[in-house]
Amino acid sequence: MTFLFYIFAALALVGGIGVVVNKNPVTSAFSMIVSFLGLAALFIQLDAYLVGVLQILVYAGAIMVLFLFIIMLLDVQEEEKRRFPLIAALGAAGVAGGITILIVTVLKRSHIGDATIPKLATAEGPGNSDVHRIGELLFSQYWFPVLMVAVLLLVATVGAVVLSKKQLR
Amino acid sequence: MDWHLIIAATIKIVVFVFLTTLPLVAMSVWAERRVSAAIQDRVGPNRVGPFGLFQAVADGIKFLLKEDFTPSHVRKGYFWLAPALVMVPALLTCAVLPFGSQLFGEKMVIADLDVGPLFVFAIASLSVYGIVLAGWASNSKYPFFGGVRSTSQMISYEISLGLSIIPLLMIYGELNLGRIVQFQAENGWALLPLWGEGLSVQGWILAIPVFISFIIFMTSMFAETNRLPFDLPECETELVAGYHTEYSSMKFALFFLGEYAAMIIGSGLAVTLFLGGWSLPFGWLTPESVDAEVPWWHGLIHIGTFFAKVIGLILFFIVVRWTLPRFRYDQLMRLGWVFFFEIALFNVVLTAALLWWFNRAS
Repeated sequence: MTFLFYIFAALALVGGIGVVVNKNPVTSAFSMIVSFLGLAALFIQLDAYLVGVLQILVYAGAIMVLFLFIIMLLDVQEEEKRRFPLIAALGAAGVAGGITILIVTVLKRSHIGDATIPKLATAEGPGNSDVHRIGELLFSQYWFPVLMVAVLLLVATVGAVVLSKKQLR
Repeated sequence: MDWHLIIAATIKIVVFVFLTTLPLVAMSVWAERRVSAAIQDRVGPNRVGPFGLFQAVADGIKFLLKEDFTPSHVRKGYFWLAPALVMVPALLTCAVLPFGSQLFGEKMVIADLDVGPLFVFAIASLSVYGIVLAGWASNSKYPFFGGVRSTSQMISYEISLGLSIIPLLMIYGELNLGRIVQFQAENGWALLPLWGEGLSVQGWILAIPVFISFIIFMTSMFAETNRLPFDLPECETELVAGYHTEYSSMKFALFFLGEYAAMIIGSGLAVTLFLGGWSLPFGWLTPESVDAEVPWWHGLIHIGTFFAKVIGLILFFIVVRWTLPRFRYDQLMRLGWVFFFEIALFNVVLTAALLWWFNRAS
């Protein structure tokens, strides 16, 4: 099934390039969704069904809807007319190229390709899916970080409500 | 490459999605018109074929032959993309619904995923893009309002929809829809614990949170599929026709079909989670386990049972549409955020407490 990997990897890459290249913000947002879908498919190919589905559910289904919502309410025309100076484009290309070279060199020296990675779901049947395993880990070994993240998110939500209120009584 | 797997999956996709769900969509449009006519004491479409049964075919031909008009002020690319984005997610979600037990040793589900309900929610959450794009690309004010309303409505109700089924998943301890149905076939449907292990004090007490879940789930489903009493995105009295005002011919038909397909998939999910899927009541003709051999005529009866239940729920959707008045927009948002969200959260805690108590007692 290697050709499926190449199809979805290409999808993710094309989406990612589309985010940067397109001047229309709505098209950019859509390229990002395409990229997320490609990523989700890659996760599912690695037997990480939960991560893949959550990628679609949370990022493509919830966060990007809000992004798109805001972009559509703003004026798109003004953004389309904006010109970028050549030197900024060159700088961006330099940074991107540098990071690519860095990643490639690091990956070449490491031995990731040689290591055998155990599959996530080793056995079929009830209680053995990746959902069960992630759930068990989160609620036994990692219960404290989960709790902390939950509290943090609650604080952030309350903070957002407080900030968006114009007048505090 | 396992050719047997690929051929079996292709046959299942063609038969279940294209030869069953799509005709069911057409038939539910016909049923909607006949039922609404009966409720309003009219006759309804009864000219084409016996009882007007072929009205759907006539409508389809009409949609295909009418002029496909694209207004000059729209954003063309997205205008063309939007109807497809409504239709595709609705049909994609068919993939994980178990529409029967087994037939000739082949499981009657296209993809036997371990994250079934999550997959349905994930794909269904993508259908909002079609509507919001239609509203934005039409480039005129009523469709835009329709799109904006639809987005906020769908985001609000997705939360209570997701939370409402958590108590059920806690009771089943399982996210694989096939095994959920098998569990219900052996131990009583979630809403009807009358046999197996469900026929006990615990089973009956657990039916209370399940019933609360069912009400939240069905109401949120109405909001997700943009149907009356929650059809604010296309509310005729305020917005002409909402997000599809500028659409004509087959592009309009795709929105229409997408809405009905979403309704059918919603009914299918409700049947699978709450009403025992393909299983017959009282444990009749129940297979030994998920992988056990099932005689072919049992398999056919199971498929028939599933579709009978789905059609029953579709009729319920239709009757509700012609019975209730439309909500006001602020009422709709308040209902979602202030009532259903809290009730669903409370329901999760209640179920957890009940399960903990039962586990301690036994």
